[in-house]
Formats: sequence, C-alpha cells, structure tokens
Amino acid sequence: MIRFILIQNRAGKTRLAKWYMQFDDDEKQKLIEEVHAVVTVRDAKHTNFVEFRNFKIIYRRYAGLYFCICVDVNDNNLAYLEAIHNFVEVLNEYFHNVCELDLVFNFYKVGSPGAEGARSPWPREPGPPPAGTSALAHCLPLQVYTVVDEMFLAGEIRETSQTKVLKQLLMLQSLE
Amino acid sequence: MSDIVEKTLTALPGLFLQHQAAGGSGVPRVSVSSRLGSLIRSITALTSKHEEEKLIQQELANLKATVSAPGTTLDLQSTNLVEVCMALTIVSQIFPREMIPAVLPLIEEKLQHSKEIIRRKAVQALYKFHLIAPNQVQHIHVKFRKALCDRDVGVMAASLHIYLRMIKENPSAYKDLTGSFVTILKQVVGGKLPVDFNYHSVPAPWLQIQLLRILGLLGKDDPRTSELTYDVLDESLRRAELSHNITYAILFECVHTIYTIYPKPELLEKAARCIGKFVLSPKINLKYLGLKALTYVIQQDPNLALQHQMTIIECLDHPDPIIKRETLELLYRITNAQNVSVIVQKMLEYLQQSKEEYIIISLVGKIAELAEKYAPDNEWFIQTMNAVFSVGGDVMHPDIPNNFLRLLAEGFDDENEDKQLRLYAVQSYLSLLEIENAFYPQRFLQVMSWVLGEYSYLLDKGTPEMVLTKLYRLLMNKSTTSETKTWIMAAVTKLTPQALSSKTVEKIIQEFSVSLDTCMRQHAFELKHLQENVELMKNLFLVDKSCEDLVVDASLSFLDGFVAEGLDQGAAPYKPHHQRQEEKLSQGKVLNFEPYGLSFSSNMSSSGYTGRQSPAGISLSSDVSGNSAETGQKETNSLKLEGVKKLWGKEGYLPKKENKAKNNPELQPVPQDSTLMENVDQMMIKKEQSQALHHSEEEAEKQRLASTLFVGLGSESAVSLLGKTDTVSHKFRRKSKVNDTKNRKVTSAHNINCSSFSPLSNAPYEDNNHLNNFQDKGDTGLKKCSLGSEFLESSLKSDSLTELDLVENLSVCNLSPSSLFEDNSMEIFHPPQPTLSSSATEISLTSSLLEELNEHVHSDLVELCNNEMITVSSCKIWKDDSLLLVWMVANKSNLELKSMNLEITSTENFKILEHPGFSFPVIEAESTTSIQHCVQMEKPFTEEGLSGYVKYQMEEDPCIQLEFSLTISLLDFIRPMKICTEDFGKLWLSSGNDVKQNVKMPDSQANLPFALKTLQQKLRLHIVDIIGNEGILACQLLPSIPCLLHLRAYAGIVALWFRSSCSTLPDYLLYQCQKVLEES
Repeated sequence: MIRFILIQNRAGKTRLAKWYMQFDDDEKQKLIEEVHAVVTVRDAKHTNFVEFRNFKIIYRRYAGLYFCICVDVNDNNLAYLEAIHNFVEVLNEYFHNVCELDLVFNFYKVGSPGAEGARSPWPREPGPPPAGTSALAHCLPLQVYTVVDEMFLAGEIRETSQTKVLKQLLMLQSLE
Repeated sequence: MSDIVEKTLTALPGLFLQHQAAGGSGVPRVSVSSRLGSLIRSITALTSKHEEEKLIQQELANLKATVSAPGTTLDLQSTNLVEVCMALTIVSQIFPREMIPAVLPLIEEKLQHSKEIIRRKAVQALYKFHLIAPNQVQHIHVKFRKALCDRDVGVMAASLHIYLRMIKENPSAYKDLTGSFVTILKQVVGGKLPVDFNYHSVPAPWLQIQLLRILGLLGKDDPRTSELTYDVLDESLRRAELSHNITYAILFECVHTIYTIYPKPELLEKAARCIGKFVLSPKINLKYLGLKALTYVIQQDPNLALQHQMTIIECLDHPDPIIKRETLELLYRITNAQNVSVIVQKMLEYLQQSKEEYIIISLVGKIAELAEKYAPDNEWFIQTMNAVFSVGGDVMHPDIPNNFLRLLAEGFDDENEDKQLRLYAVQSYLSLLEIENAFYPQRFLQVMSWVLGEYSYLLDKGTPEMVLTKLYRLLMNKSTTSETKTWIMAAVTKLTPQALSSKTVEKIIQEFSVSLDTCMRQHAFELKHLQENVELMKNLFLVDKSCEDLVVDASLSFLDGFVAEGLDQGAAPYKPHHQRQEEKLSQGKVLNFEPYGLSFSSNMSSSGYTGRQSPAGISLSSDVSGNSAETGQKETNSLKLEGVKKLWGKEGYLPKKENKAKNNPELQPVPQDSTLMENVDQMMIKKEQSQALHHSEEEAEKQRLASTLFVGLGSESAVSLLGKTDTVSHKFRRKSKVNDTKNRKVTSAHNINCSSFSPLSNAPYEDNNHLNNFQDKGDTGLKKCSLGSEFLESSLKSDSLTELDLVENLSVCNLSPSSLFEDNSMEIFHPPQPTLSSSATEISLTSSLLEELNEHVHSDLVELCNNEMITVSSCKIWKDDSLLLVWMVANKSNLELKSMNLEITSTENFKILEHPGFSFPVIEAESTTSIQHCVQMEKPFTEEGLSGYVKYQMEEDPCIQLEFSLTISLLDFIRPMKICTEDFGKLWLSSGNDVKQNVKMPDSQANLPFALKTLQQKLRLHIVDIIGNEGILACQLLPSIPCLLHLRAYAGIVALWFRSSCSTLPDYLLYQCQKVLEES
C-alpha cells in the first residue's frame, strides 16, 4: 500500500505531498528531506527503485521533477512505476486545455498545444529546467491534488482508466 | 442538510477548482465562504495531520448534527452527485476512527446508489474504515460480497482491496471465492473489459496484479485451491507479451504467484524461463526484479541460481547499490559451509560503503548469523565477528553481541576447541587494543572487556598485569562511555584475584574512589574491600565458571535469625506491599474481617527460621528480600548476570558489594577494527590490481568467484531441501537450552508436518542409502500414521527436534504417500497433505477417536443440533497441549449424504486448525463420521461462542445447511502443570502479577484436603505440595503461561494467593476458584 506520494524538484522543493499514513509534522519534513537525498543522488542509469527505511520508494523523473511513491516492500515495483506514468499522462491530458501544466512544469512553451504524440511521455532528460520559470513553477495548482485523489485513494491505486478520470475531472470542473 | 451547507456544497466544486496559488503568485485569490469547500482545500493542501484531524472532527460533528436532525437525510440524498463524491473522498482521507459509526450508515446506503462512481467511492470509504478499524465494518461483509459481484468493473475492483486485506489475514475463510476470482481474472485477461480499462493496450493491468496476489494468498499450501488457478495463471503468462513495463509487472506478479501456490511442474518451468528473461534483460529495472524473483524462489530451486551465476556475479559489482544489495540477499540465501567465507567477505565489502542505518543493521545481523552457522574455523569466526562489531557498532541488534558471548561462554561439545576459540578471541582483542588511537564502538569494547575478564587466564605468556594495563587505558579514555566503564571495571574485578597486589588495580581504585560518577566510585570501593579478603575473592571469581548456575538463597532465610531478634525487641513484622494496601483499604471499614495479618505473625513461630525455599517459607520471611531476589532471577534469564558467582550462601552474607559490580556488566558488546581494516585494505589493493589486469583475466576471476560462490549448490548436494533450517551442520551450534524448551511447547497441527522434516534436510543424505533408509522409515511411519494422525499430534510436539528426538519421530513421521523422496521434485517443499482414502480415514478415525477419548480427559458428548436427517454432536477433549473439538455427524437416513461440509466460523480469539485428512465429502447411510478441530487460543477471553454450520446435499436436492454453536471458556485451555516444589518456588518468585482473596467456606468443609480436591477435580489444577495447612497448586494456560496458587485454609476461610506472569490470568482463576469453592 502507498505510504506517501511526493513530487519534488531537483532542488528539493516539494511540489506535492500526499500522506496515507500518520506522521507528525517534523517527521514529514524529515521524510521529505530524506527522500530527496536518497533519490537525487541516483544515477539515471540506476533502477527506479530504492530502499527506504522499512519501505521502498518507486520514483520516476520527468524533466526537473521527481515523482516518488513510497510503498511497502512486498508491493509490485513495476505496477507503481507505471502508476506514476499513468498519473503523469492524465495530468498531461487534463491540463492540456488550459496549458497550466505547461506553465507549472514548464515542459512546453505556452502556445504549442496539440501534437499529442510529442507530448507524452516527457523525455527523461537530466538537464536543468529552463531559466526564468521558477516563479511560475512555484507551486502546483490545487487541481493536481484533485487528480491525485481521483487516482489514488486510501493508499491504493483507485482509478487507472484515463478516460474515466478525465471524465470525472471534467464533471467536477463543469460545475464551477 | 441545512440551507447553508446546501448552498456551500453547490458552490463547492467551483471553489475547489479555483486556483490556490500560495506564495503570492499572480493568480487571484478567491474568498472562500464555503465550509466544505474550504475543508476540502485544507485537507488536500495542508501538510499538518493534526490540523487536518481537528478540522475533520469539527466538520463531522457538524455533519452529524445536521444529518441526525429529522428530514436531513432526505436532503443529503437530494444533493447532487459531485457533492456526495466529495464527501466520500474526504471520508477516505485521514479519518478519525471514533467518527466511523456516525457516517457508516450513510455510506452503506451509498452502496445501493445508482451511479457507479458513488458506489465505488463508498466501497473505497469502507476500505479505509476496514484499514483503521476492521471490527467496525465486520457486520457488512455481506455487502462486500455484493460489491464484488457488482455489474460495474470499477466497483468490483474497489472491493478487491478489501478482499486482499481480509484474505491476507485469514485465507481459509475465503476459499470459496477462488472460483469467482479466477473467473474475473479470466475475463480480464481475455480482454472482456471495456477498452477504457486498457493501459497501453494491456487490459486492466493493475486489476490483474491485484487478482494474482489474491490467488497467490488463497492457493498457498492448498493443492485443491491451487488446482483451480493453474489454467488462468498459464493463460496470464501466455498473454503477457513482452513489450511494455506494465506487462512485466504482470509477469512478475504471475511468477510470484506460481511460486507461492502449490507447485505444478509445467508452470514452474514456464515461470523459471520468465525469471530468466528478467535476469538477462538489458533493462536495469527488469534485471533487478529478476534478482528479486530469484531470491524468492532460490530456496525451492537452487539450480536456477546456478543457471544465472554469471549474471549474479556481474550484479555483485553493479554501480547501483540496490542491485548489489539484492544480490547479497540472494547469496545470503544460498550460503552453505563451503561458500560462506566468500559470501561474507562480499557482504563486508558492501558494508564498508554503506551508510544507511537500516541496511547496516540488517546486513550485520545476516553476517553474524552466517558466521555462527557456517564458520569454517575459529580464526575466521572471531575475525568476522570483529568486523561485525566494528561496523555494526552501536546500531546493531543487541542480540548479536549477547549471542556471541553466550556462544563463547557455553562452548561446544569439544572442550579443547572451546579453549582455542576463547584463546583466539583474547589474543585478537589484545592485539586490537595494542593499536594506538584506534577507535572501537562501545559495544565492541564491552564484548572485549567481558572476554578479557573471563578468559585471559588462557594466555600462556603475558600476565594479567598486561591485560589490566590495557583495560586501564580504556578506562581512562575520554570517549569511553560510563556504561562501558562498568563493563571494564567488572573485567578488572574478575582479573584482580589473578594479579594480586597489582599496581594497576591500586591505581584504578585510587582513581575511581574519587570519581564523580557514583557508579564507578561504588565499584572502586567494592573492589577495594574485596581485595582485602583474597580468599573470599578467589572463591567468588572462579576461573571459567561463567556458565555455572547461580545458587542463591532467594528467601534470605539466613536472615531469619536477625529478623527474629528484631521482632523480639518489639519491631513490627514486615508486611508485604499488597498486605499493606489491603490494610489501608480496609481501614475505612468498621471491622476488619480479614485475619490475614494476624495469622501471619502466629505462623511465624511455626514455620519460620527454617530457611526452606517454599513460597510458604518466603511468605513468612520478608517480602522485600523476596522481591530483590525476584529481580535477580529475572536477570539471570538474560546474559546479564553471567560471570556472577555465588553471592548469598547459607553460611551468611557473602559479598555485599560484588553484587553491584556484577550486575552492572550489562552486556552489550562492541567491535574492533584493525584486522578488518587490513582486510579491507587488502581487498582494495586486490581490486586495483585486478582492474589493471586484462579483460580476459577479469573473466577468469569472475569464473573463479562463481565457482567459489556457487559451490555446494545444485541438486547433487543438499542445500537443505526445505530451506534454511540447518541445525545439524552448524559449526557453532548454540546449546541454548532455554530456547529449546520454549520452542518445544509450541505446537500446531500444521507445523508438525514441516517441522518434523526440517532436521532431516540437514542430514547429509547425498547417497542413496540414506535416501532409502529414510524412505523405509517413512513407510513404517505411514502405516502408523493411518491409525490416526492423532498420534502425530501427541508425539511430534517439538518444533526444534533434537537429534535424539529425530529418530523417534521419524518412525511416526507424517509422510505423505506422494513419493516424497522418490524424485527430488518440488513437491518436497510443501507440507504434504495426507491423502488417505476416505474409507481408510473413517476407520482410522473412529479407532483413533476412541483411543483419544480414553487417553485424555474429555467432556460428554453434547448434541448441538439435529434435523430429520442428521444429528451433530460434539465433545471437547482436553489434550495436554491443546483443546480438541470432535464433531460427530450422524446420518440417520438411509440415503447417502453428499458434499458434506462442516465449517467453523473463525473468530479472532481462536485459531482453529483442521486435522488434515478428516474431511468427509460423503456420509454413507446410517453411519457416523467425525471431524476434529484443534483449537488454540489467540487472545485470552473468558467465554466465547464458537459457531459453525454443517452443509450437506442429498441426492440432487439443494444444499441444506444446519447451524450450531458451542461455548468455549478459558477453562478449556487450563491444564495442570506438573512441577516440583523447588521449581514452584523459583517460578513463584519470577511471577509478577499477584492476586489475593479470602473465600469463605461452610465450616464443615473448610479443610485443606477438601479444597484441594475440589480445585484439582473441577479446575484441573495440579497439586504440587501440601505443607501443614497450606497447599500449593500449579496450572498453565495453553500453550505455556503458568499460574501458581498458594492456598491456606483456616477457620472456615480459604486464603487464595495467585501469581502468574500473565496479568489477567490470576483474576480469572480466582473467579473460577471462588465459584467452585463456594458451590461445593
């Protein structure tokens, strides 16, 4: 089962933190730092898995962001690795219209919509994110939390069908 | 819901989706008036758990208030979909347990909702509840089933989370669902789901994985259930075409399942091939998982490791540490006496580079374990342990140094060997301490000082003086902690008698007599006084007697004279703590009817001053001494007191101060470094050299390494067929008597099959003779076996069989006829299920039952339920080690009954083990058959109903189900404990929880023999001894919690005094005793 999900940038700034286990604040901060330390030192040629305390972390890097899921040792590594990817694909799809994701992640210049094939998945390029975007990339919009909640709930993978997640998200949005 | 809430809820999604750009970015902030909206935002955005909880609690209080008001439920129902969705999402987040009852009905109701998304979220919320409070959702298990059968795939998938958890806890309760899970998986694999569920054109991969896990849990050790899954597993393997990560995820799970369930050779073969693909993959993730899979299956199939040995060698030097780690884990599992040194060396190399505490702890533990099991010689063992202590330092598990010291102290079978090992240890430590400025962890220093104190007498050359100097230097070292100092001080004290009038000792005494550390000062004074009485000291510190049992007069009877003198001079008699409390409590009452205090002093004259060690004696002398002795005894259980000699003797108070000096050596050894460093240096050099060498030589090197690593693997030799149970071939086999006896008490009908084999796996039966022998024995075993597997239960009590037991047990071994050792096939690894033919079973059953009934105390046969066709009755057999329930099902009709099934509903308080081979699918006309369940208690309880049902089918009629229940009380698990008075005394002192009570009895019957007899007959207590008007009794709660009773009868009153290591047991027994005594 998932213990927590973290999205951090290379500098260790937390973009998203979702906890499925009770930790107190100090512990959370410590975990965030430890995860960053453990994950960022790893080479691109290394596995996407790393042992972490009594758990393990499955992580994947997209541009400058590390998506980390901390799970139990007996869980299926690849299933969670792909769950991350699935999540990223949904984000990509969902933010496509408003290009928010583009802003936040700064993957694509504003105004280069469409071109589905080119968009996903993002290359795992290790270079630093383009300059001048730090203000924009300061915080993930709250919607990302909504997406997380649609896809992961109570420490389990809840919904894996991209179409369904998007439908649900659009429904929520339509009531705005 | 109230209007405000209604409105806010409507406004909520908008608010929710509003930008919330913290940190002052350009996005405009919207003032949020919505309660729920802000709630959701807070929950999702907050990082503080505490705040979240507070918030939710607040919200829920409001929610509860609104929904409990009349008419509001209707409102809630009318709110729109999104709002309900939101609410359910919140519920599935961090949620306070105590609020569950408030929302549970609402959520249950949502299970019927017409929209799948709502049903699904409701199931998810229930899953969350199940996680945090499984008891509270127990009653809705039926609804889970409904969710599992939901027409919508999403709802079904959500329910699987709950099922996975429940099945993990209790697989046997859900075996009937196997078929459904298989069908679902078949449909998924066959692509019957909507394309929505596809991920990279693989149908619902996560769902598949979930199902595979469930099937693995269900099929584990269960051939019948496994049988059902073979087809679909095969299909899954076939369908998962290797192209994408996600198919590998499915394959990995598939392989895992195949190796978990009851094996089928063809599937295993395919799975092995699949593992090969993983291992050989150029993709690093897959290679890693391949290693992981290998690690998992290696015990079943060591040949697989041989096939991939070159890959494994390469992975040993892989740049990614996690791959290295996994490789070491793999090697750890294939370690044997031949390859141990290479593997341990590799592990030590890894340790040198690792800084992660968790990794160090686990790896150090493994090295210590391997070293102890397979050490090729003394030097290697000591060196390896030195490395372990140096690296593991103060983070390692304290068992490691403790076990090591115990091993040294207790020694092995060969006296000479022991000496050499100890001598080597001493020498090695001395040379380590020789090194200037070397730093050793505190635990290692503690180990060293204990060993030096105990065994430096073995040195030929060099005097104790030399050792003392080294210890002195350590004592003066600033980095030595005060705990370690007490260890060193203890060592110095032990060495003092061997080095009379040593200057170093004088120096130490001087130095520490003025120490600010009170503990050290105390030790110094003790040493000083001891030194003045050389004879006493020599008697105290005998050489090489650390393992001798202490003889301690725990009752302090030698002080009785002193006490008597005090009493004569008018001192008040000592009252034990509980008595004082009792008196304090009764002070408020007008009259004190408890004559205990009075009789106390009168007894003093009758049995005081004798110094005998019965609890009666103790109760008469001071309880303070009893208590101090108690703590002393507790400590002897651990290693802590080793090295302490006789402190108290009948002739008097021997060593006063030494007591402390020795207690303090709280063992927690510590490590060394230099040889290790040397090793490492050498390794480094070697490495550098080898790097400089040509590629071909590197290859050759790897080949060589492979041959050393994988030596002794493979089918021709015995890598312990049953996994790592190696006991026989240990180089250093601990004598741990304590553990053995403890283990022996553990029994479970299921374990027996495997445990009785385990010692065999180590016997070196490479040649056929051995095999044949074994088979012969097995055959005879089988014959006996068919008489009734009850025999097994009673004869195979021991988990950890000693070699002696082994021979005996072999003859009754429960070998399954399925050619266990005819071929070296996989079946070996699974506890065999006896497959006796049903008719044989029946015959054997009745006969064994009869024997059983005669052999053991049992209750009468009680009829539980009946109808015109059958009668079900039951009988409890109070076996020595368990409670056996026998259910007799009598077929009264003249027709054959089919599909008979008797199921017991599981509860968390019991563990119920069905005796294998006692199922009875068919009952012939007018015959009776029986089934037995061995019941073990999981949690103490006073009384609990055990319910179950019998199902049967007659000809083609539908199944008929008959329910019954039976009450089981704690008394069913109480057995007499046959111990002698002396043991009783010891146990009495070491038992903490006591309860006292006076029970009034009718005058005519208030005599001791009567009370004792009543208790013996009605409660099955064992009468240990009777002394005058006092009696002591003992019993135990299965499996092995003792409870002791001291009983005194006088003047129509029986004073009961219970003691037990379990806190609730005395109370319960007191209640029962009171009941039977007052009834009588």
